[in-house]
Amino acid sequence: MIMVILAVLVWCGGWWLNSRLANGSRSSTREVQLLVPTIFGLTLLLVWQLLVRGLDVPLVILPAPTDIGAAFGANLSKLWEDFLQTFVKGALSGYVIGCSAAFLMAIVMDRSDFLRRGLLPVGNFVAALPIVGTAPILVMWFGFDWHSKAAVVVVMVFFPVLVNTVAGLRETSAMQRDLMQTYAASYWQSFFKLRLPAALPFIFNGLKISTTLALVGAIVAEFFGSPTVGMGFRISTSVGQLALDMVWAEIVVAALAGSMFYGAVALIEKSLTFWHPSQRR
Amino acid sequence: MKTLIAVLTVLSVIIAFWYAACLPMNIKGVLTEAERAGAEVTPVGAKERRDLGEIGLVLGNSFAVPATWAQDRPRLPAPHQVAQELWKTTGAMVLKGKMMSKRSLFYHGWVTLSATLLGFAIGTGLGILLAVGIVHSKVMEMSVMPWAIVSQTIPIIALAPMIIVVLYSIGVQGIIPKAVISAYLSFFPVVVGMVKGLRSPDGMQLDLLRTYNASTNQGFWKLRLPASMPYLFASLKIGIAASLVGAIVGELPTGAVAGLGARLLGGSYYGQTVQIWSALFAAAILAACLVALLGLIERMVLRRMGMGA
Repeated sequence: MIMVILAVLVWCGGWWLNSRLANGSRSSTREVQLLVPTIFGLTLLLVWQLLVRGLDVPLVILPAPTDIGAAFGANLSKLWEDFLQTFVKGALSGYVIGCSAAFLMAIVMDRSDFLRRGLLPVGNFVAALPIVGTAPILVMWFGFDWHSKAAVVVVMVFFPVLVNTVAGLRETSAMQRDLMQTYAASYWQSFFKLRLPAALPFIFNGLKISTTLALVGAIVAEFFGSPTVGMGFRISTSVGQLALDMVWAEIVVAALAGSMFYGAVALIEKSLTFWHPSQRR
Repeated sequence: MKTLIAVLTVLSVIIAFWYAACLPMNIKGVLTEAERAGAEVTPVGAKERRDLGEIGLVLGNSFAVPATWAQDRPRLPAPHQVAQELWKTTGAMVLKGKMMSKRSLFYHGWVTLSATLLGFAIGTGLGILLAVGIVHSKVMEMSVMPWAIVSQTIPIIALAPMIIVVLYSIGVQGIIPKAVISAYLSFFPVVVGMVKGLRSPDGMQLDLLRTYNASTNQGFWKLRLPASMPYLFASLKIGIAASLVGAIVGELPTGAVAGLGARLLGGSYYGQTVQIWSALFAAAILAACLVALLGLIERMVLRRMGMGA
């Protein structure tokens, strides 16, 4: 009971601290802007820990953060193997293949007006569909190993990148294109010097959406069959064994991988599109 | 008109390519069956054929071509097989008056759709509430918003199996666990879009309301909420597609017996490829209808508000 009261106190304390910080005079400084969400996150973790311990919540319903941390520490090598299998082999290779294929396809569509008219509505349509559903088919075709996961990822990331790239390549104004024409620039010259840079913000938008999709595809595809390693496999078998601390540890890995992947792409974007208004400070 | 022709051309090329792809994909299975039935196949014996290229086999056994489009359990079913299966499990069922029988896709589609809609309603409602809180409270914005953005980069769907099992162990089952996953997936896009929308009125408009001596409440109902509608609908369209994916994935780990996800899983267990493909197309049609419906509502609402194009 003490722990529950403590949890309430911690929550109120964290909230009070945050409201002081957020409404204080220094709320627009960078330190405070980082500090407030950190305090919020830590408060949540503490409350979680105290409530689980205080109310004696069984492990099979919700493990405490310390249990998850212990499982994480005890299974580091296993988690690392799962990470390699699902993220590096499955998601990353599929992501690279899918994005490059979509990029090349977008260039082809850019060169032919007919193809663009025909393919863009189809692409827009397919981008909204539940493409994860192709996972059982692709697992059947490419086997249980990472190749099928990469194939699912390819299909999942292809359309968002395609649609965004095509939209980006049409972003230049007629005036800018005319200028290139007066310079007697060839298609590829004006492509690399004008239209590709102008399209980069759109392309990166697609690439960023696709980072999450890539992980989702790789994990869900493992629910349909996988070798005895991989994040999706571990999650589904650990759930079956009611080893929820392991499941949560795997979710931590997935969250870290997902946000780091996104962060990496966002960093590349920042260094390539430093000129764009959204990146300027 | 030009667009229509182009789209139709692209679609027919895709279908033609699909038929062509059936040949190399299915030829080995067809030849094995044909040999068992006593037909002359070159080269003889499944073992000899195993290492040969599929295209060479097709050219060497051109008599088997029609059979690759009519196999029972093909690796890649032909478009008309999928269409037949779809019709058999939807339209034909309705004509026989068994619309809700267990073999009908309407039944499975409804199981998935009800979970999707329930989850979507919960997720959207909570998302809008949180967005309103974020817009009106600086503490909430600074504490929650960064986490809402970070959580978008996390493959939330990895939680699905656990949510189902945990809810099951505390005695909740049926439609609720799937709806929870759906709600979870549609929640964050709505929060992020709605915050953007509620913030979209510019300083000039907010100042105008202040000169009218409008209260925060009036400012919300008369300016912020109407201004957020285009953003809301954009994120609703993302959210409903995510909800459907959530409901489908939610059916996978429990070995559910009903729903489109269950059809996918069952098909993959028993090698019923035609069933997988028809479930996939049913899911696609469902998603397209839901998004189109939202688009229609969007256009009507925006036109009533004088914002329609």
